[in-house]
Amino acid sequence: MNQLATKNPFGEDPWSMPLADIDVSRPELFQTDTLWPYFERLRKEDPVHYCADSQFGAYWSITKFNDIMAVEKNHQAFSSAWGIVLPDRPEDFETPNFIGMDPPKHDVQRKTVQGVVAPANLAKLESTIRERAATILDSLPLEETINWVDRVSIELTTQMLATLFDFPFEERSKLTYWSDMATSGELAGGPTPEPVRRKALLECLEVFTKLRDERIEQPLATDLISMLAHGEDTRHMEPMEFLGNLILLIVGGNDTTRNSISGGVLALNQFPDEYQKLRDNLDLIPNMVPEIIRWQTPLAYMRRTAVEDVEIGGKRIEKGDKVVMWYVSGNRDEEVIDHPNDFIVDRPNARHHLSFGFGIHRCMGNRLAEMQLRVLWEEIMQRFHTIEVVGEPTRVQSSFVKGYSELPVRLHARA
Amino acid sequence: MTTITYIEHDGTEHVVEAENDSSVMRGAVDNGIPGIDADCGGECSCATCHVIVTSNWMEVVGRPNDTEESMLDLNPEREPNSRLSCQIVVSDALDGLIVNLPEFQM
Ligand code: HEM
Ligand code: FES
Repeated sequence: MNQLATKNPFGEDPWSMPLADIDVSRPELFQTDTLWPYFERLRKEDPVHYCADSQFGAYWSITKFNDIMAVEKNHQAFSSAWGIVLPDRPEDFETPNFIGMDPPKHDVQRKTVQGVVAPANLAKLESTIRERAATILDSLPLEETINWVDRVSIELTTQMLATLFDFPFEERSKLTYWSDMATSGELAGGPTPEPVRRKALLECLEVFTKLRDERIEQPLATDLISMLAHGEDTRHMEPMEFLGNLILLIVGGNDTTRNSISGGVLALNQFPDEYQKLRDNLDLIPNMVPEIIRWQTPLAYMRRTAVEDVEIGGKRIEKGDKVVMWYVSGNRDEEVIDHPNDFIVDRPNARHHLSFGFGIHRCMGNRLAEMQLRVLWEEIMQRFHTIEVVGEPTRVQSSFVKGYSELPVRLHARA
Repeated sequence: MTTITYIEHDGTEHVVEAENDSSVMRGAVDNGIPGIDADCGGECSCATCHVIVTSNWMEVVGRPNDTEESMLDLNPEREPNSRLSCQIVVSDALDGLIVNLPEFQM
């Protein structure tokens, strides 16, 4: 494990460079997994840090657990309505949705779709997810190098999304494609040219508009498209707003869960004693799941915008400033979490982490995500003694989506 | 000390001596009562400490304030007597309080 190593792609020393020059928003730091010492230093020396110049303009970094909680709770001063990622929204291609809204509009729209992930609905989904997880795991070759990301993480989350939307199952890979397009745009520091991204998203809109038109003719069902089609407050949504909500639900349920699935495998390999603890006691799975989600922190941050002058951690933030809550840092805050860099499957109070955010925007899918991971790990542990990571993972070039595109593994069957 | 009864969704009752000035959430968590998750640790920002107060206690316990209301409101399964238990302060006045736990926290 060389997480705390200081070498990085910019040839700078995060411990001695001037504080003012630190820019933790650079996607390369995440791609090379060299972000850790920067955040460790900020938590120690300048927990509410101002970066005057970055590819996304000036922004504040909030790096301590409790300061992040304070920003989350104060949605009156810290608005989501200017967007929840660092780059500003392109004015000629706005795709509004409720994660990027303040009350009262946020509350109304969220309530329309919240039902799809209500516990009763989740219970129904569980057996489908278990069957699909089992089928995927049974199809994997033993003792052969495979890419866990493609074969399991992506496949399973895509199938789950298709189920949530009741999307034509054979065409489900489109969902993954749209999700990837939505998050990999060049404006967010990713590799996808903006015109390519827009074309893909408009295709997404077209396909879903057809589905919505079909479902409005049918009685209300428990899938998300039907709920949006019939919902009082969502049925007359403008096309771009409909698209915005689709993207929210597709991305929300996709990259995050996908990267938790991969992250769990990596964590157990970096902490083999914990893997053994798990083998010895499978009842630890429900507690391990939130620990995976903390350790991975699939979304590194959420952004807010100050709508009034406000003080936080002794610093004065001015109206209009961008404020970034670095969950990835708060989740490693030694003042709140014991041995925060360690992955501990039986960690007490494991659900006290920031990965789902807190406050009125707290992740709507958090129970669904946990259920999927729990079911998957129950099925994994019945089949495999070890999922052995046999090479370096390839990480995504993004400071928002913290994840993997490749994780080479070999599967060893249970004796 | 104040006596509080928590009734799980399946009817199992837990009687607890809770400390005054702590919260009804803490009374459950510190005594290992299942069914209250309290992910945020009492910050009124996760809504996973949801309880349903028995009707005859509602007047004593009181209504949620605006912040609590905005969190409760996200839960499609909230009931008229729903409260977030981290926001109910334990005091002598609550001696004998009975709260019901929902089937799931979300
Ligand atoms: C491990 C998996 C997941 C992680 C780490 C995650 C993380 C997050 C975070 C950090 C937020 C924003 C919180 C804030 O702004 O304070 C959020 C919001 C949201 N998530 Fe998730 N999420 C996950 C899975 C899911 C799933 C499976 C769904 C599918 C339904 C989903 C749907 C949403 C929605 C709709 C919102 C917007 C909520 C709002 O603004 O009120 N998420 N998620
Ligand atoms: S413990 Fe989170 S709202 Fe009560």
